Amino acid sequence: MADFLTVLSEYDIAGAYWVNIKLTFFAGIFALVLGTILAMFRISPVPSLNFAGSTYVNILRNTPLTIIIVFGIAVLWPVLKVEFSDVFAVNFFWLGVLGLTVYHAAFFCEALRSGVNTVPAGQAEAARAIGLPFLDSARLVILPQAFRGAIAPLGNVVIALIKNTTVVAAGSVAEISILMREMVENESNYVYLIFLTVAVGFVIIVVPVGLLATYLSKRLAVSR
Amino acid sequence: MSVEDVTPVTDAPDDRFPEPTPDPLIVLSDVQKHFGDLHVLRDIELTVHKGEVVVVLGPSGSGKSTLCRAINRLEPIDEGQITLDGEPLPLEGKALARLRADVGMVFQSFNLFAHKTILENITLGPIKVKKVKPAQAKEQAMALLERVGVANQADKLPAQLSGGQQQRVAIARALAMQPKAILFDEPTSALDPEMVNEVLDVMVALAKEGMTMIVVTHEMGFARKAADRVIFMSDGQIVEEADPESFFTNPQSDRAKDFLGKILTH
Repeated sequence: MADFLTVLSEYDIAGAYWVNIKLTFFAGIFALVLGTILAMFRISPVPSLNFAGSTYVNILRNTPLTIIIVFGIAVLWPVLKVEFSDVFAVNFFWLGVLGLTVYHAAFFCEALRSGVNTVPAGQAEAARAIGLPFLDSARLVILPQAFRGAIAPLGNVVIALIKNTTVVAAGSVAEISILMREMVENESNYVYLIFLTVAVGFVIIVVPVGLLATYLSKRLAVSR
Repeated sequence: MSVEDVTPVTDAPDDRFPEPTPDPLIVLSDVQKHFGDLHVLRDIELTVHKGEVVVVLGPSGSGKSTLCRAINRLEPIDEGQITLDGEPLPLEGKALARLRADVGMVFQSFNLFAHKTILENITLGPIKVKKVKPAQAKEQAMALLERVGVANQADKLPAQLSGGQQQRVAIARALAMQPKAILFDEPTSALDPEMVNEVLDVMVALAKEGMTMIVVTHEMGFARKAADRVIFMSDGQIVEEADPESFFTNPQSDRAKDFLGKILTH
């Protein structure tokens, strides 16, 4: 066991996890913003926006994330010249964030829409009746309640996002799954322990997120 | 028979209420509305004058709520025209929002904004729609809450109030926009019986002050006490209109007689 700990200390495990956490952080914020905009499209009274929102969600939600990540690194960057940085690692990181963002935005949108469904229709009618235009009704009345009603499903999307950050390995981002492969290749005596260590690492990150989501969903529930 | 024949203005039964001026405020002409195959509003012709209190009665499914909701376009109509103060109802967008700000609405299920305090419920419209300064909006809101008797609840959330209190707040919220008219869509139907009167009292007071009101209700007492005119609807049509006294004592149509027979026997 002591040998194994020595082996572990030779690798920058925390640093690799840190990449996953940073991917989660940036992609999470961007995807939540994009997902909120998409949700507003989908509940808006304008049919073309409804169509745009539902088309986006249906395409992105049903495309494998790996395909999106590979598209980023194999088409977006070399063919379409979308480049975030001259430094390869930085560029790949942000291409990874972009891929995670566009994919998870579809899920955030749908989670938020489930929250919108917890808001009685009368709330929107009352907002319209005092003369609030659609954007103000959405911003001031519907979405604040929708977010509070959607914390549990939003938490699930965040948990999926955390774990999906390992998919950007397909986009050459040096995160924990790439480090794990390197460790397994180098330290063949400890394959199970290495796997276990990485798995437990994710549990340590994900469990508090789940607990927080459960706590907040109760704490912030709108009483009616 | 027209309404004027029934109530000569000269010997009105009492003078507690200001006489409605002959200014038409809300005019519906040839309004039609379908829900699928169901013709919910048929050939609706209705003029409501400034200061008038019109009570809409009728069995459930007669289209009275739809009529009420059509006036601020919560329900779009298929045909016909609705004008407010001489202007046709705008179809969408900012113009429609402006119109809605001029017509208050009180719902059966109160519909107070569940995530906002009582005070915020009232100030939201004035601040965001009328661009009133927050301090001034708050002051006006407190005065309105005082008037409807729930000022001491200002910092609570709607769910912490009783139904009657919530509905009085909803009336205050409508009043805060200084509307030209207020629509009441069965304002007491979701209330426990002991809370009905506290809401009706506020409504009667408003009627006395000359507010233009269209009230869909089953409260015959309110209709007798505060209405200038009663409209009876059945199957999407306005079957009868009269002053309350004539309507209740001498209904003309069979459907109105049948309806009154069913509700007034107890």
